[in-house]
Amino acid sequence: MIKLMINEIEVEIPEGVTVLQACEIAGVEIPRFCYHERLSVAGNCRMCLVEMENSPKPIASCAMPASSGMIIKTNTELVEKARKGVMEFLLINHPLDCPICDQGGECDLQDQAMFFGKGFSRFEDLKRAVPDKNMGPLIKTTMTRCIHCTRCVRFANEVAGVDNLGAVGRGENVEISTYLEKTISSELSGNLVDLCPVGALTSKPYAFAARPWELEKTETIDALDSTGSNIRIDSRDGKVLRVLPRLNEYINEEWISDKTRFGIDGLSKQRLDNPLLRVNGKLKSTSWENAFNFIKHNINGLSSKQFGAVIGDQVDTETIYSLKKMFEKIGSDKISLSQYDHKFFKGNRSNYLFNSTIAGIDKTDVILLVGSNPKIVAPIVNARIRRNYLQRDIEIASIGSYKNNLTYDYKYLGSNINILNDLLNGSNNFIETLQNSDFPMIIIGDEVFDLDESENVQFMCIELLKKLNAFRSDWNGYNILNNTASIVGSLDILNEYTGITHNQILDQCKENKLKFLYLLGVDEVDYDYLDAFIVYQGHHGDKGAHKANVILPGSAYTEKSGIFLNLEGRLQICERAVFPPGNSREDWAIIRALSEVIGKKINFDTLEELRKKMFDEYPKIQSFKQESFNPIPKKGVLKNCSSYNLLSFKKNFYMTCPITRCSNTMAECSKFA
Amino acid sequence: MLKSKDKIFTNIYGFKSNDFSSSFKRGDWDNTKKILFLGHDKIIEKVKASGLRGRGGAGFPTGLKWSFMPKIVQERPHYLVVNADESEPGTCKDRDIIRNEPHKLLEGCLIAGFAMRAHVCYIYIRGEFFNESQILQNAIDEAYENKMIGKNSAKSGWQFDIFLHRGAGAYICGEETALLESLEGKKGQPRLKPPFPAGVGLYGCPTTVNNVESIAVIPTILKRGENWFSKLGNDNNTGTKLFCISGHVNTPCNVEEEMGISLRDLIDIHAGGVVGGWDNLLAVIPGGSSTPLIPKNICDNILMDFDNLKSVGTGLGTAGVIVMNKSTDLLEAITRLSYFYKHESCGQCTPCREGTGWMWRIMRKISSGSASSKDINNLLDLTKQIEGHTICALGDAAAWPIQGLFKHFRSEIEEKLNKNKIAAE
Repeated sequence: MIKLMINEIEVEIPEGVTVLQACEIAGVEIPRFCYHERLSVAGNCRMCLVEMENSPKPIASCAMPASSGMIIKTNTELVEKARKGVMEFLLINHPLDCPICDQGGECDLQDQAMFFGKGFSRFEDLKRAVPDKNMGPLIKTTMTRCIHCTRCVRFANEVAGVDNLGAVGRGENVEISTYLEKTISSELSGNLVDLCPVGALTSKPYAFAARPWELEKTETIDALDSTGSNIRIDSRDGKVLRVLPRLNEYINEEWISDKTRFGIDGLSKQRLDNPLLRVNGKLKSTSWENAFNFIKHNINGLSSKQFGAVIGDQVDTETIYSLKKMFEKIGSDKISLSQYDHKFFKGNRSNYLFNSTIAGIDKTDVILLVGSNPKIVAPIVNARIRRNYLQRDIEIASIGSYKNNLTYDYKYLGSNINILNDLLNGSNNFIETLQNSDFPMIIIGDEVFDLDESENVQFMCIELLKKLNAFRSDWNGYNILNNTASIVGSLDILNEYTGITHNQILDQCKENKLKFLYLLGVDEVDYDYLDAFIVYQGHHGDKGAHKANVILPGSAYTEKSGIFLNLEGRLQICERAVFPPGNSREDWAIIRALSEVIGKKINFDTLEELRKKMFDEYPKIQSFKQESFNPIPKKGVLKNCSSYNLLSFKKNFYMTCPITRCSNTMAECSKFA
Repeated sequence: MLKSKDKIFTNIYGFKSNDFSSSFKRGDWDNTKKILFLGHDKIIEKVKASGLRGRGGAGFPTGLKWSFMPKIVQERPHYLVVNADESEPGTCKDRDIIRNEPHKLLEGCLIAGFAMRAHVCYIYIRGEFFNESQILQNAIDEAYENKMIGKNSAKSGWQFDIFLHRGAGAYICGEETALLESLEGKKGQPRLKPPFPAGVGLYGCPTTVNNVESIAVIPTILKRGENWFSKLGNDNNTGTKLFCISGHVNTPCNVEEEMGISLRDLIDIHAGGVVGGWDNLLAVIPGGSSTPLIPKNICDNILMDFDNLKSVGTGLGTAGVIVMNKSTDLLEAITRLSYFYKHESCGQCTPCREGTGWMWRIMRKISSGSASSKDINNLLDLTKQIEGHTICALGDAAAWPIQGLFKHFRSEIEEKLNKNKIAAE
């Protein structure tokens, strides 16, 4: 701790902070444009100038390291003059178009001009005009408004890891540009909109949609991927208009992916808003009562073994729990954990979680990716890996189908899972790097989950980590990079209850052993060829609804309160921002109502009751604590892996679920990807 | 007046050849080993004692600057970088050193590099100096051939390599940190200080950036002794200096003179006097375009050194003396300088990026005669808003000429503007 004087008050601050941070600790606000906590210091806006004793010139507080005994003044005439001067310079070439600027009302320049500006202009010449740049389907540019703070350039280079953006020209003619009018090829490009302190970079899909003060703000979480990014949903008149990130140091820091931010226009398209029945091959709108009775009529006489269900990608944990309760009453355990044929171990949670935690990436020194592409599955996790790669120079290696661009350099070990054997018996020299590591991480991803040898690969990774002593009270290096929002909840609730895989469900349907199939938001699989009676519950008219005999309209993640467990197993509750359209209902309530009609009534009436019962039954889903590591995953039988190449898992980042498939913006993005 | 035996640059006019053998005859590379055997710290001490101040413009004591380099080489190597990006309008001394005395510079590089424990030296030469870069590269090759630099430089056992890098024509790359950025292959924009280059410089390693002239005088200082050098000139402003005299003089020239020579002597003796006689003098810019001009009454008895010029509100800068006689439209001249700074501003920080253009526009307005004294007040206020608020000194350099002009000639200019106004009415 060091002591310094700020405005004649002595402040004690930790070492290694800048004068600007010290002032913040002291409660003194310093205006700034170019400075951003998560980006490198540029010091170019000169708005943060403060007076330092024994310095003839005012200093840029964002760049000056605070040291013991400094005497800083921020309330003097010199500082006020400096701020007014910089403000005046920034405004001479900034257009006076606030009334038509999307940043209006939440603009740093506007706010600071009010506080620190002169209130009049001495500039009598013509303002500079700058041609707008095409930065793709997400970012709208009005470059005349740019104040050249270079936050966007630094974000692209440092966080997103793409060198698309830069400043060209010199002096007054500096322009921020993608140079060749290229789309910014990053899954995180939407964050440029948040970073831009003025209206130079704004959201293209949200252009001229609303003013910030008209919006209703709901703090919630995202369910479009497994990361569980914390977001704020801004809505008006029952329509979700935009998504902004919320700060969570443990998960998304302050970034969100483009899918999270821009996929929302799919929420208002292709929606199921009324229960539907298939009569003579055609879907007919009906009432909830009729729909339930129709189901009741059709399941008459089926034996309990003939009931099956599949859990989709964005189902909240309460709904999974309700379905499980209903199936318990029916007497069937044929619920597939997901619509994919992923093979996970049963037993304790650490078998299927991202055990090191996302924040644990800040601690690790070596990462081994096994069949995973975090850039596509979890861009937020990838951004954190990149940050650590840049700041701490961590070692990264990958075993995967091919060498992807992950925005950082890594050692590509090959595509053969036999490499894990080599690592285990020491014949691959990357083992030395792993052995020298105090906090090694292995991240297993998509390319492994579906393999026949999937379980064996997971065993080998566990064995390898055991050899590296990576299961300790202070560290667990075993990580599964799950790819959907509901999978962890589904595993937590169901993995001890059911043993059936999705392939087995399909087989049993074909063999006519399963005659009733309940699809809970299942949209990635084609069921057209099945003869079973299919009930689809979900929010979009996508693949799942295509073959269904009965469609029960549910709600999307923005329209209900629900628990999601992210890939770390962290419990987070998403909140309702808008109401579901038409006659749609909350998903758990649909199952509750149906269970009563078919005479298998489950015993809770409110969401609170449901949650209480669920927590009582599954205390583990509440047990996540940062820095408390899960026990060693359950050990199986170790076999030698056969020589087997991992297969490419090509996935369009922008379209992974019915919501994003309906989104125009995501369709545009896919075109450029 | 400097005696010819005290001149350091004996071939500054290029009357003799610049190759290795004739340079050797003039004393370059003569027993360099002996100097190196003084040891790292002894050399720095001697340079300190000589009182040499940086010749690039700011006049920071060279020995002191060298002493900021770490005393022990740790993981990161040390670098010497020579700033040969001479672009200050009115200055052409480094160009002539490179043309005619390249081996003085190279010998200085070895000694300075050795003193700061650097094995590598980069010379960043202005891109427009194409011929000079060839001459310098030839000289470097000759020095390698004669084993003066390389694995065993001058048989001292010290490995020393010199690399030449050509710039691409930006004035700002003469600023030491912008130069380092440019040398690293990035956009030439100044870095924030601290950290200073002596701590974190080229490629993040301890680096010292010196002007060509500062380095080129080092061998002679050490050969003839620091006392010889410190006895020349005035206290705190010791030694000799290359002055570049241009403008309305009869014989514009580069000349090596003692520090503290009077401006009048400098012009009358070496440059053949002001065109039209001394009484025809209007003003002088004494140290390259960034320094504020001084009117004739100050020129009458000002001495040319750092401290004397500072006391009259200007500076020695690079010693590029620009003489303007009464045929000059000072407003036009300073407007042109404003345009230069607007053109060369790198655009990184706000006050300089926005301010240089604004200042030039007001200057243009004033010189066209359509301004009022309100504009002049605004302009001066702007110069104050820029000066001292920027990352590097280009903002200051753009502000000072304007401040100097209005400090000394405001009443004349206002009179002219009023006349215009009356004529217009």
